[in-house]
Amino acid sequence: MSAESSHGSFIAGNLASSVSAHALQHQFADLEQQRESSTLGMWVFLITEVMFFGGMFAVYLINRALHPVAFLEASQHMLFWAGAVNTIVLICSSLFVALAVHAAQEGHRKQIVCFLLLALLLGLVFLGIKGYEYHGHWVEHKVPGPAFQFEGTDPIHSEVFFELYFVMTGFHALHMLIGVGLVAAIAWFAWRGHYTPAYHNAVDNVGLYWHFVDIIWIFLFPLLYLISHKHVP
Amino acid sequence: MAETIVRKRTYFVVWAILMVLTALTAAVSFVNLGQWNAPVALAIASGKAMLVALFFMHLRYEHSKIIWLWVLAGLFWLTILFFLSMTDFGTRQFLNVPGK
Repeated sequence: MSAESSHGSFIAGNLASSVSAHALQHQFADLEQQRESSTLGMWVFLITEVMFFGGMFAVYLINRALHPVAFLEASQHMLFWAGAVNTIVLICSSLFVALAVHAAQEGHRKQIVCFLLLALLLGLVFLGIKGYEYHGHWVEHKVPGPAFQFEGTDPIHSEVFFELYFVMTGFHALHMLIGVGLVAAIAWFAWRGHYTPAYHNAVDNVGLYWHFVDIIWIFLFPLLYLISHKHVP
Repeated sequence: MAETIVRKRTYFVVWAILMVLTALTAAVSFVNLGQWNAPVALAIASGKAMLVALFFMHLRYEHSKIIWLWVLAGLFWLTILFFLSMTDFGTRQFLNVPGK
């Protein structure tokens, strides 16, 4: 009995080490060091993204401080329900991505794929609602440029609001589009069985990216849709 | 120090709190708080972002000091960006400087 169990654990140990050897790239001492390097690399990238979006947020805050009334009037033209629904959609998609990473850690291949596909679907819903909003702004002549029309006290600076709105939500939507592509790719590789509990850094990193894009929207929603909405002085 | 596996329950609880905070920030926006609408909305957004970063992005369970160093450096830089910029634009009307 004891011989049998020790034989079993010998095979299990061998299997684990062969999986680890396959997952471990030769330049790393062990899997933990490899994971730390991979996660660190992703965070370094995300901090450069923080810089990228941070600049735009700063421009927004400064212009809002300089032209509060123009920004307030312009923000009345946002579709409140669209922003709110999209916030809920993104938070749910983030939950699914977190569950996909969890499934990868535990080695449930089909669960990884299912959760990633759910997140991908919600990502597409988000982009659909965003496109619907953009179409509305286009029809209402709220796209900055020669066709821009605005009834208000300070149309020039209300146009600045819309410029910032389109640049910020546009770059966010671009990140969503890239995120949808990454999630699709990761779902494909997960389906093919590329990830094991020992090695799934790619799933982790795409998850980090997705949550980061979610965080950007968490700030865009109040700044563009909520602040002082309906409270025109 | 292998990767910490977070319980699924934790994710669902964090998700529920995020939903409640979203409803809260949406509801508060209908109340006229004067100057305070913006700070309240941004405070709630910061809280939500922190929950996402700590739990969904696993920072709460991250042992690696160098990863924390990068994250904190990023936040520190953002603070410089926002606060030093606003000390300029926020104080221009204090003195009658031409061209403000």
